[in-house]
Amino acid sequence: MSRASTRFDTKKVNSELVTLTYGSLVAQMVKDIEHLDDVNKQLDRIGYNMGIRLVEDFLAKTSSGRCLDLKDTADKIQSAIRMYVGVQPNVANWSAAGDEFSFVFDTNPLIELVELSEDLKTLRYCNIICGAIRGALEMVQLDVQSWLVQDQLKGDSNTEIRVKFIRKLGDAIPAGEE
Amino acid sequence: MVIYGVYIVSKSGGLIFNYDHNVPKSETEKTFSYPLDIKLKYENKKVIVEFGQRDGIHIGHVVYAINGIPVTERKLPDKRDVFEVLENKDNYPINIKFGRPKMTTNERIFLASMFYPLFAIASQLSPEPKSSGIEILEADTFKLHCFQTLTGVKMMVVAEPNQAGIDILLKRIYEIYADYALKNPFYSLDMPIRCELFEINLKTVLEQVEKSGISNI
Repeated sequence: MSRASTRFDTKKVNSELVTLTYGSLVAQMVKDIEHLDDVNKQLDRIGYNMGIRLVEDFLAKTSSGRCLDLKDTADKIQSAIRMYVGVQPNVANWSAAGDEFSFVFDTNPLIELVELSEDLKTLRYCNIICGAIRGALEMVQLDVQSWLVQDQLKGDSNTEIRVKFIRKLGDAIPAGEE
Repeated sequence: MVIYGVYIVSKSGGLIFNYDHNVPKSETEKTFSYPLDIKLKYENKKVIVEFGQRDGIHIGHVVYAINGIPVTERKLPDKRDVFEVLENKDNYPINIKFGRPKMTTNERIFLASMFYPLFAIASQLSPEPKSSGIEILEADTFKLHCFQTLTGVKMMVVAEPNQAGIDILLKRIYEIYADYALKNPFYSLDMPIRCELFEINLKTVLEQVEKSGISNI
């Protein structure tokens, strides 16, 4: 819908603002929480809570329908990431069964100004995106796992987020939607 | 464009938001002499007009006040029973205020949760597989338009029967819900929406629709 997309364009903000805000959040969490594993978990949880709300925003603004297969889902998340993060990741590395794929980010605004010191090597800085994907899909009755496999902050050439389809939450599908 | 109300029902079937818009007000006050020529009865904790429609007093209206004193259930504030007061010839001439019964919050919640199974039954009754639930429910005085999002939230608009383009309004309400309710960090999902910004923006849209039609939102 052209009407919705024009409205969305008016609300763009500088990506550095997002980078810095997110950076200060993570820095504060590293300071406050003793174990980096717990920071990773919390980031995932924050992402999840954002995802379950953001999905409605995405659906309202794009008026897209229900996904019929995982390829469809991947496309939609790809466009959602473009909407909210400002970069378009590639969808790649499909598993043979077609139930697993990766989003590969060449550039990632979240880590634009970031470098990790030696003692933060186990921090999964972009975990919030994994959580957001999981939360958003859960709201449309898809149970997935998502995790970071490659991280530019750890010296990899790309950031890669893996998404694995677990099952469809059949009993949670609203009436008249099956 | 006349819109009577907006309702939002959560995924689990609870009413999380309702807004009354432009409900025609009909209150009639009239002085009666003995004997009363309108038949009243007590039903659902209200004194309602059972028979004898006239002068803007319709069957189904409730007694709001007697001689300016408000009636609660069937009693006056000084514990006198409404029917005893009306039967006593000494109290005449008497002034009675009638009006349409107002729905209480509890009744609204009850009705909203009634719609939920109806919606589900409709999709199961369907002769075709994979049918949606009720999208439009039509009556002679109103039309109820329902839009269910992919996540199971139902947006409902009650409007005049001949109103077109309500589906666009429903989408717009969904956008407002996504923007002002869900992006509010202090709003928890599936709880009643008590967000001022949401209400303000919803009202703005409804007023726009009312003034300049559906195409401008």
